[in-house]
Amino acid sequence: MAVALAIKDPNKEKEMIVGRAIAFFVVVVLCVCILVARFVQLQIYEHESYQSRSDKNRIQVQPLAPPRGLIYDTNGILLADNRPSSALGIVVERTDELDAVIAELREIIALSDEQVEQFHEAKKRARRPGEAVVIADNLSDADIAALAVNRHRITGVEVITQLQRYYPLGAIAAHAVGSVRRMTERDVQQNDEAAYRATQFIGKRGVEAYYEETLHGRPGFQQVETDAHGRIRKVIDSDPPTVGKNLTLHLDARLQQAAVDALGEQRGAIVAIDPKTGGVLALVSKPSYDPNQFIVGMTDAQFQALSGSVYVPLFNRATNGQYAPGSTFKPVVGLAGIASGAMQWDTQIDDNGSFRLPGGEREYRDWSWTVDNSGGQGVVDLRRAIYRSSNVYFYDVASRLDVNYLAGFAEDFGFGRNLAVDISDASRGLVPDSEWKLGAKGEKWYQGDSVNMGIGQGDLLVTPLQIATYVAMIANGGKTVRPRMVKGPEAAPVSDAASYEPTHLTSLTDDDWLRLIASMEDVVHLGGQGFRGNGTAWAYIGQDISYRMAGKSGTAQVVEIRQGEEYNEEELSEFRRKHAWFMAFAPVDDPQIALAVLVENGGGGSSVAAPVARKVVDAYLGSPVVMQ
Amino acid sequence: MSSDFQRQMPSAQNANQSRWLYKVHLDPILLALVSVVLCFGLVVLFSAAGDQTSMFDAQCQRVLAAMAMLVVAAQLPPGVYLRWAPFVYLLGLILLVLVLFVGVTVKGSQRWLEIPGVLRFQPSELMKIAVPMALAWYLQQRVLPPSPKHVFFSLLIIALPALAIAVQPDLGTAILVAGAGFAVLMLAGLSWRYLIFAGALIAAAAPLLWQFALQGYQRQRIITLFDPESDPLGAGWNIIQSTTAIGSGGLFGKGLLQGTQSHLDFLPEARTDFIIAVVGEELGLVGVVFLLLMYLCIIARGLVLAVSAQSTFARLFAGALTLTFFIYLFVNIAMVSGLLPVVGVPLPLVSYGGTSIITLMASFGIIMSMRTHKAW
Repeated sequence: MAVALAIKDPNKEKEMIVGRAIAFFVVVVLCVCILVARFVQLQIYEHESYQSRSDKNRIQVQPLAPPRGLIYDTNGILLADNRPSSALGIVVERTDELDAVIAELREIIALSDEQVEQFHEAKKRARRPGEAVVIADNLSDADIAALAVNRHRITGVEVITQLQRYYPLGAIAAHAVGSVRRMTERDVQQNDEAAYRATQFIGKRGVEAYYEETLHGRPGFQQVETDAHGRIRKVIDSDPPTVGKNLTLHLDARLQQAAVDALGEQRGAIVAIDPKTGGVLALVSKPSYDPNQFIVGMTDAQFQALSGSVYVPLFNRATNGQYAPGSTFKPVVGLAGIASGAMQWDTQIDDNGSFRLPGGEREYRDWSWTVDNSGGQGVVDLRRAIYRSSNVYFYDVASRLDVNYLAGFAEDFGFGRNLAVDISDASRGLVPDSEWKLGAKGEKWYQGDSVNMGIGQGDLLVTPLQIATYVAMIANGGKTVRPRMVKGPEAAPVSDAASYEPTHLTSLTDDDWLRLIASMEDVVHLGGQGFRGNGTAWAYIGQDISYRMAGKSGTAQVVEIRQGEEYNEEELSEFRRKHAWFMAFAPVDDPQIALAVLVENGGGGSSVAAPVARKVVDAYLGSPVVMQ
Repeated sequence: MSSDFQRQMPSAQNANQSRWLYKVHLDPILLALVSVVLCFGLVVLFSAAGDQTSMFDAQCQRVLAAMAMLVVAAQLPPGVYLRWAPFVYLLGLILLVLVLFVGVTVKGSQRWLEIPGVLRFQPSELMKIAVPMALAWYLQQRVLPPSPKHVFFSLLIIALPALAIAVQPDLGTAILVAGAGFAVLMLAGLSWRYLIFAGALIAAAAPLLWQFALQGYQRQRIITLFDPESDPLGAGWNIIQSTTAIGSGGLFGKGLLQGTQSHLDFLPEARTDFIIAVVGEELGLVGVVFLLLMYLCIIARGLVLAVSAQSTFARLFAGALTLTFFIYLFVNIAMVSGLLPVVGVPLPLVSYGGTSIITLMASFGIIMSMRTHKAW
């Protein structure tokens, strides 16, 4: 209609423009009304929810990690310390260009490709919103300074300083003290989430794990006003954390060090116990590892080297390594023979180097047996059988005993159970009996099984901790010993579930114990007796000793030697060689230390393990070697 | 104020033109309203800037410079604008093309031209004035309402710069430039049916636009508008924090300098595009409504000046500039309060930054010029 007019009419145009302007103004007013309505909605109707949202934005309740309790040795030497450690974290949500941020950080501090890779892995894992993902641990002071200077350039980057566990002795006491590990998602689920909100590391091994509750303490909280970058502007309210309780161990760091040195490069374990208290004075498992590596973090290659090593350094041989006890088990058999009445102390047996069950085919040999049949210990009573470690004598005794009686006797010494008060994950070993064999192998118990058990072989399995406990009981004249790590007010009590009453040992007299101890003294001290007359360990440790030590060696077969074959160490591969045992206590008249030494695939107990034990006891009793 | 308003109504113009301000071609009412908003803006900016007082000082200087710009723009008679309109438009277009080739890139957008050491400016800013000016020039020679042919050429005049700006990319300015152009067309009597038809066309083409015309981040902004919680720490962050700031302000606000959202850095762009959220948080609904009323008065006064101008060109030009001002504030406030997707448009006369305030004040000068100069 309007198009039809070809001539411009200024008045009409003005009218139209005025009309349009009025129409526009109506639209403008409507639009402004929409805006006002929107603000009324936000500021009046939804005000409260936005108010609380704004408060939630700025006010945060932050958990404060409690400093972990420290662990000291018996002389007050620190075994587990806390040190401040700074980590560099990135709040992923607050960075625009993550790659650019990382590139900038790399200009400031050294970041390896591996660290960056691990960061990208870590940022995928579940975390609290706004929580920084760590990209670099254990920043040096120089790094921290460099970051502080450049901080304004990079958003979303935080330096987090926290107390971190540090083990001053490193690998030396790793298995004794245990260690903490970074908490995993499972750890978070399994523990009281409130108590662990600020905690990054949790006890995973040894004392650190068993006393986790005592050491951890209670977290504190602080209410803070933070800005959008998570930086604290002011603290509104705070409730400080409760420090975890300190622990003192029976462990003697000096002795621990001496034990590590004594074992040298050999694989094995040493457990030393104070027979009076059961306190563990030293607990060594070699090879070991540096627990600090788990805290500062290690590369995949380093972890693979640790966890994949055939020498299993992460494995605690002292409490969890299960081995045949070999001849160290002979005193159990001998005492069982006496207690049962099957043998007397003066009962004599002719040991000509081998033993056959009545009507049996199989020949059981003495350790001194040779192909030309020239071995054997001659006429032996129990005392000589112990210090010469006669196999035939104990084959004979074991063959006369009911296996279930012998097994019960062994269990009274703590075999097949965990007598330790605060080492909950110690292995129980295995004391076979007829019932067990039927269940496990579906076979009845043969006399031959008893014969093997007589010299600590067969299915019998024990741990170094159990041998140490057992020798401590002998030192105590049969009184029960409960191994324990922690002393003082924080020490765990013996739980009812773990309590036990020895029933078989009671039939032994004090005289029996004294005679046994005297026989074990001969193992170390009886010398100068000529061919097959000396205590087995005398030649190795007994000639220059200044105190009285009672001991017993053991050499545990790892592989069965077939009929008519000679054991040839050279030909056997590393892992098939015999384990060397030595257990001992000293001084005999007032035992202060009882210990078990195991050298894995080390060979003869007297020649290999006994010198190690001697060095440890020397160190503890503070007696220098007296040359004769 | 209402008596002033009465006096300046077109019917009463002759009685009051003796006032000195009119002699220097300034409209006292519009000048007063704009000054109130400028002062209000400076107060809010003072609060939002916090301890960065240099920001406040810089803005004061810009406001003074912009005020001078207004005075200068008002002195030029409409005839000058009419004569220069096509050349300014062409110059602007050439500069926009230059930007695409030799422009300086800031924050991922190529918007600036720079003569190193001398000056640096955004040609797109010039187009906010040049496009309505060129269209008013073009249409004032035609019979109004414009024929389809002239509508087509008008659309071309709008589309060329708008597209050149959109690809920088600077969607906010492109919308404002196109909006200014359409305002001229609508004032010139373009049938409402065109508008309805265009709306229907856009709605029909929406899926295609979504697929091909919008960039990934722009699509994300639209998704975010409807569901900011879908990415609360990423794309949704801005809008969640701005609505939280506004909503937590309530009726009377938390008080100047007391806004936690803005002072603790939760609110992004608190001094620039999102400054209305600071108003909402610190001065509450009362402050927001006051500002909106001031804006409404400015628009009313602008339209009154426009319709009472002396020629079709002047009416179209001044009216379009006034409506551009409205689009400015509507897009900004609707965006910050979560009604529109996030587009980079500052809050007129309040947001920190020099370019937009100078352009805006120049347009107010032009509006005054259109009205206060004698017929020509």
